[in-house]
Amino acid sequence: MIEPTTSEEYTENGAQLTPEQAIANLQSSDLSLRYYAAWWLGKFRVSQPEAINALITALTDEDDKTELGGYPLRRNAARALGKLGSPQAIPGLIQCLECSDFYVREAAAQSLGMLGAKAAVPTLITMLDGSVAKAVQVAGRPHLTQPYQAVLEALGAIGATEAISLIQPFLQHPVLRVQCSAARAMYQLTQDSQYGEFLVTMMHKSDLKLRRSILGDLGAIGYMAAAEAIAHAQAENSFKLMALKGLLEHQLTSDSELSDQAVQVMNLMDSLL
Amino acid sequence: MTEELINAVNQAETPTQMVTAVKNLAAAKDPAAISTLIAVFGYNNPAAALVAVKGLIELGEVAVPQLLAQIDDYNYGARAYSIRTLAAIADPRALDLLISTAATDFAPSVRRAAAQGLGNLNWSQLTLAESQNAINRALETLLLICQDTDWSIRYAAIVGLQALAKITAVQEVIVQQFQKMLTDDTETAIRARVQLATHSLELTAS
Repeated sequence: MIEPTTSEEYTENGAQLTPEQAIANLQSSDLSLRYYAAWWLGKFRVSQPEAINALITALTDEDDKTELGGYPLRRNAARALGKLGSPQAIPGLIQCLECSDFYVREAAAQSLGMLGAKAAVPTLITMLDGSVAKAVQVAGRPHLTQPYQAVLEALGAIGATEAISLIQPFLQHPVLRVQCSAARAMYQLTQDSQYGEFLVTMMHKSDLKLRRSILGDLGAIGYMAAAEAIAHAQAENSFKLMALKGLLEHQLTSDSELSDQAVQVMNLMDSLL
Repeated sequence: MTEELINAVNQAETPTQMVTAVKNLAAAKDPAAISTLIAVFGYNNPAAALVAVKGLIELGEVAVPQLLAQIDDYNYGARAYSIRTLAAIADPRALDLLISTAATDFAPSVRRAAAQGLGNLNWSQLTLAESQNAINRALETLLLICQDTDWSIRYAAIVGLQALAKITAVQEVIVQQFQKMLTDDTETAIRARVQLATHSLELTAS
């Protein structure tokens, strides 16, 4: 059994910070300390107002810039803000959708999806302009013109039903991972099982890396009919448990009695320990 | 005979040949095969490893000393198979290893298998005094990891505690722990698993 080192192993990362130090470090003259502090605040879910404000300020940072014009600190700040659950971050993140740095746009789209930011929908929709025809690889770079995956998933998570007709064509995108993101969003927006089944079918025929990400999709959409397929997928138990946890959470809307389906999911989870 | 089957495992050239060779070796049910079956855990062939796990579980207690001695400290994939096998055989000689693994291994997959195994050992194989001590140590470890930051470790701890609660002497402590988690745990999935565990305890008690 090979398991991914990043998600599986515990690592003691760098300096031991306190929230106060991390917030202060966001203004340090040492750029690497700023970068680390932004990551740390998200990782440890430090959601006090000072942290949120400092991270929002970091979304427009000009000091930390790579040779290719990337903004590492902005990327980390955008990622952290998605985890902290504060709607205050939404306007700044929406502006980040127009940043020249692909990875800032990607992080912002992901975080806006996590925040369920309805206000971001118009800008997210413009990022699909030109549809599949324009969604091509950027020459010399390892990514497409826009972070389509993140945009499609965000529109699904936010519940942007007005975007359905714009999302659907991406089911035919040449990149399989983009197809999966489109199916994930389509399921969330329509609850039509054909999109859940599409993901299950893709999981059977894809490679390990894609299978892992599809497990994430199925967990995120809580597609109950996939429970058995998840438990028997050719992937590490950690990914399957994560996916089943997603299914379980979708079954637990009211906090009283456990449904038969919830028990069924937990029995599958038990078998994967 | 077994020697030939062992050679076939060692000489397998393709993953499929390996699976077949391991199947044949496991089917012999010969203790002489134990060491080779354990070695298969390290070959990065999940299908073959699962066959080896099954074969070792069928051999049972006789495989325990070698499973304990041949733990691979450098390959957590292999270690996970060893821990799963020991947990399934449930021989209490594995207690110390399961405790240290559940509490301190760096790989969550291995810790989960150990936590689940800790609740299920065959305590009756120990003398009464030994078993009380062993049960308490298993309990302590499981209670400790109920506070882990990784939800999946807490989940496995609950499953372990649910099994351990079959022992009347520790039931009350476990019920208290479950009550605490039912109100304090931040994950709805964890609270649901506690609910299920509590429910099953009520069923067995009545």
